[in-house]
Order: sequence, then C-alpha cells, then structure tokens
Amino acid sequence: MTDVPFQEPTSEVSGLEAGRPGSSPGGAAGGGRRFVRTAFVRRKERFEAWARGVFLAMAAAMIVPLVAIVGHLTYEAWPSLELEFILDVPRRGMTEGGIWPAFVGTLYLVGLSLAVAAPIGVLAAVYLNEYARDNWFNRVIQLAVINLAGVPSIVHALFGLGAFVYAARFGYSILSASLTLAIMTLPVIIASTREALAAVPRAFREACWNVGATRWQTIRSIVLPNSISGILTGVILQVSRAAGETAPIMFTGAVFYKAIARGDLFAYRLDEQCMALSMHLYTVTTQVPNVRESVPYATAVVLLASVLLVNATAIGLRLWLRNRKRW
Amino acid sequence: MDTPVRIEVRDLRLAYGTREALHGLSFDVHAQEILGIIGPAQAGKTSLLRCLNRTIDFTADARMTGSVKVDGADVRQVKDVFALRRKIGMVAPLPVGLPLSIYDNVAFAPRCAGVQRRDELEALVEHCLRQAALWDEVKDRLHTLGTRLSGGQQQRLTIARALSHQPEILCLDEFSIAIDPVTTMRIEEVLKELRRTVTILLVTNLTQQARRLADRTLFLWKGELVELDRTEVIFSEHPRERRTYEYVNGMVG
Repeated sequence: MTDVPFQEPTSEVSGLEAGRPGSSPGGAAGGGRRFVRTAFVRRKERFEAWARGVFLAMAAAMIVPLVAIVGHLTYEAWPSLELEFILDVPRRGMTEGGIWPAFVGTLYLVGLSLAVAAPIGVLAAVYLNEYARDNWFNRVIQLAVINLAGVPSIVHALFGLGAFVYAARFGYSILSASLTLAIMTLPVIIASTREALAAVPRAFREACWNVGATRWQTIRSIVLPNSISGILTGVILQVSRAAGETAPIMFTGAVFYKAIARGDLFAYRLDEQCMALSMHLYTVTTQVPNVRESVPYATAVVLLASVLLVNATAIGLRLWLRNRKRW
Repeated sequence: MDTPVRIEVRDLRLAYGTREALHGLSFDVHAQEILGIIGPAQAGKTSLLRCLNRTIDFTADARMTGSVKVDGADVRQVKDVFALRRKIGMVAPLPVGLPLSIYDNVAFAPRCAGVQRRDELEALVEHCLRQAALWDEVKDRLHTLGTRLSGGQQQRLTIARALSHQPEILCLDEFSIAIDPVTTMRIEEVLKELRRTVTILLVTNLTQQARRLADRTLFLWKGELVELDRTEVIFSEHPRERRTYEYVNGMVG
C-alpha cells in the first residue's frame, strides 16, 4: 500500500480499482486508464516473487553437494595431499605411497578411448545431421545410437570382455579396455555433436546450396567452423565419464596392482594391463586391509581434480571459440 | 516474343508428401526479360523457384513431376546439378550474410567452382559488389564480417553473391521484404541495369514492384497459374481473369 508509483495525484475515489480488468470504463474516459496497483496486480507480483524465489533456491541448492563433496574429500585427504602422492608408486602392499601407476593408466585409457571415439562419433554425427534422409536405414542408425546410450556400463563391460578380450584376442589389455570405453562414450559424443551441428541455422546451408556448393563444401566452410566449439565441448566432457567408469575397465584390462617405475610416463604397452584411478579407489577402499586413512580420499581428490581441470579447459575453450563466433 | 526461350516449364507438379503445392504449371521465360511472379502466400512462388535450381532436392518429401527445361536441358536429367545452380542466381527473402568476411562471401561460389587465382577472384569480387551497388560502402572493409552489415547491405551482399557465379538467370524471392524503400529502389535500378545481360524472375509480394519492373507478369494462385501476360495487361482494367483484377487491386488475397 505504501508505494503506488504511477498513480496520479488527483485522486478520484475509485482510482485503485480503475485499472482492474472488467471494471467500468466510464470513469476512465475523462482521466484515461491509470497505471495503478490493484489487488489483482499485487497478487500477481506476490506470485512472481514467490516463483522466482523457489527457482532460485533450487538452482542455488546445486552448489551445496559440490562444495560438500569437494570440502569433505579435501579435508579427509589432507595428510596425503602433495605432489609426491601423484608421482610415487604404491608402497607396503598398497597401504601407503602414491598412485602414479593408476594415474598414468587412466591417462592411457581415456586418451586412447577418445582418440577412437571422437573421430568416429563426430563423423557419424555429421552424416546423420547433414546427409541422412529420413528413411528406414537412417532411422535404424538413430535408434541404435539412442539405445546404445541407454546400455548400462556393466553391460558394456561384459560386451567388451566377449568382443575385445576373447573374440578379437586383444586379451586383458589397455586396448580392450579403451575400446570398451570408446563404445560407451560414442553415442553421447554423437548426440552432442548433432546438437552443435543443428545449432547452425539452415539458412546458411541453403545460401551455400543456392550458389552451387556441394554438401561437403558447405560443411567444411560454414557448418564445421561454426559448430566446432560445441563439438569440442561435447567430446571433452566425455573425458570425465571415461575417467570415472570402473566396471568396463575392470572386466577388460584394469588390474589391482602393476609395478612400474615412479614418474615413468611411458610405463605401459597397449597390450598390457594397467592400473586406473577409479579401480584403484575401489581397491584401496574395499579390498586392502589397513590402508592409511587418507589414501582413498586423496585418490578421489586426484581423480576429481583431473576431471574438473579438463572440464574447466572445455569451458575456457568454449568461451574462447564463442568469442570468435561470427553471427 | 521473338527472343529465345530460356526456361520452359511444362505441366510442373510438385507435392510435399500428399499435399500438392503446384498443380501443373506451364509457361516459358524468354531471354533478357524480367518476369514478375505475384500471388498471395502459399501460392507456390518459392516452391516454383526451388524447382528451377533443384534445391527442392533438399526437402525430403518433395516430389516433382512434369518438366522444367533450362536452355533446353531438363533440370532433372542434368549431369552436373551444381553447374545448373551456378547458372541460376538465387536471392532469398531474408538477407543471409554467411559468417565469413565480405570478400569471402562473394568469393565463396567461385571458389566452390574451382577458381583459385587471386587476381581473378579479386576482380570478380569487385565487379559483383559494384553490380550490387555495395562496393562504395564496403571497399575499405572487405575483410570484416559480412554478418555485421546492416540488413539492407546484407541483402545487397546476398545479391552480389548470387551474381558471383555469373548466372544467366537471376531469381529474386521477395528480396525487398526486409529492407527499406530507399535500398529497394537502388536495387531495382540495379535490376534494370542487369536485365540487358541476365534473365530475371522476380517473385514479389508488392504488386507495384512487378508493375514497375516486369516485362511480363505471372499470377499464381494456390499453386495454379491464373494468368500470364504482358505487365500492362495484367495491371490494366481488363486482364483476362477476374481474379487477377481483384488481386492486383487488393480486393482479395
């Protein structure tokens, strides 16, 4: 009641009611419709404030788990957190020491799986989005992609075991595990790439076709340069998924323990088994007795920090590329 | 008409799925004329143009029957559809500056056609931008983005791009709906200049624009050709069809 900002000072008695929908326009003819806050307007404003508050609270609540997770892990891991923890190998039956073999193993697995999945996924997405007509064959492909994305990772693991370890005779190896991870990440890369491609307006493509450009000339000079930020972001975000999964690599190429030299970056061959961070976390938490308390937490912090670092890179890259966006 | 026939359309039918958009059109377009195409929304004007350069191929459920011949060659039989599209310049209703520099916008089509030499490209770009009455405004910033130009400038850039592959036929699809009257008049002057070398199909919502520019005018109504005659006749008191009279005088549509 205190502030009625737009009400005219010459106060007719019914001024507050004049703006209400359906109220008699008779008085309005002389002074015109007033911009007044009626009870109806005040009720709308109350709802507006309330709705905004609820949405904001839900969005803000997202911060809580992240801060809680990172805070708790860092607190528990504190005694072990130093560079040496990453560079050193596990000691005394994995109860002490560092995580170097697992760290390098994860690098290998993630790197190789993305090296396989990214090109295949991006090219497949370009086909589906730019070339594919709406016929049964392409619908089958799309259905396959969607369903592949819905397969649980443990099932991928079993498939990888059968297909790569046994049928293809790659054995329990980094190669088998990476290929399994690649199949797991492929459908998501395809989906995110298609989204990025679809964000390029169709008018650009039509303009190119009109002047006699082929589809490939259109894709190369217009579509890809303007969707590359979205494509790269989608691919990089799959790093976190590949790095975090345990089941697929456990069945196909990750081991509890592997002796390699401290700080050796080229410790593994592709046909060997390797350690991995996610697997190592599981091992030291549940399988090894009398582990120093901070070791599992420190392992988790390293895993989380690596993933967040990669995601931050993705965000930075996206911002950088978007600043160069041209329409 | 004594000039040779450029485009020969016979019983052209076009269906999107089960909905037929063009119900059997037959007409000729002669060399060096401006053919105005008027008609209300959904008359099939844009569909007709897309049949000419076969960009209709990019619409999955479109089915085209009958024949369209450009310089005697059936467009559905041509070996090199890209050469066909280069022969026909196409300007869309809304200006589309490609997200490239002004220079690259115009050089895009020649490059796609295999022109590599720098001096050749530069000469071509300047020629086309001059033809589209844009050169003086952009000559100092050819390497800035085409998408940053104003709407009217972008539309002239679009026209320059449509001219860049040296078409013999130019189709303009309601080119003036997004630009101001002054720019429109400038482009109309450009078209009058171009008609000496190029055959022009001018699709327009503004019947007066057809009246100003077209030698002959074609009236499309719900996918059928109502009347095609000299522009003076179409806009006279006595066109052959009553519907034509009513449409150009704003009584229907």
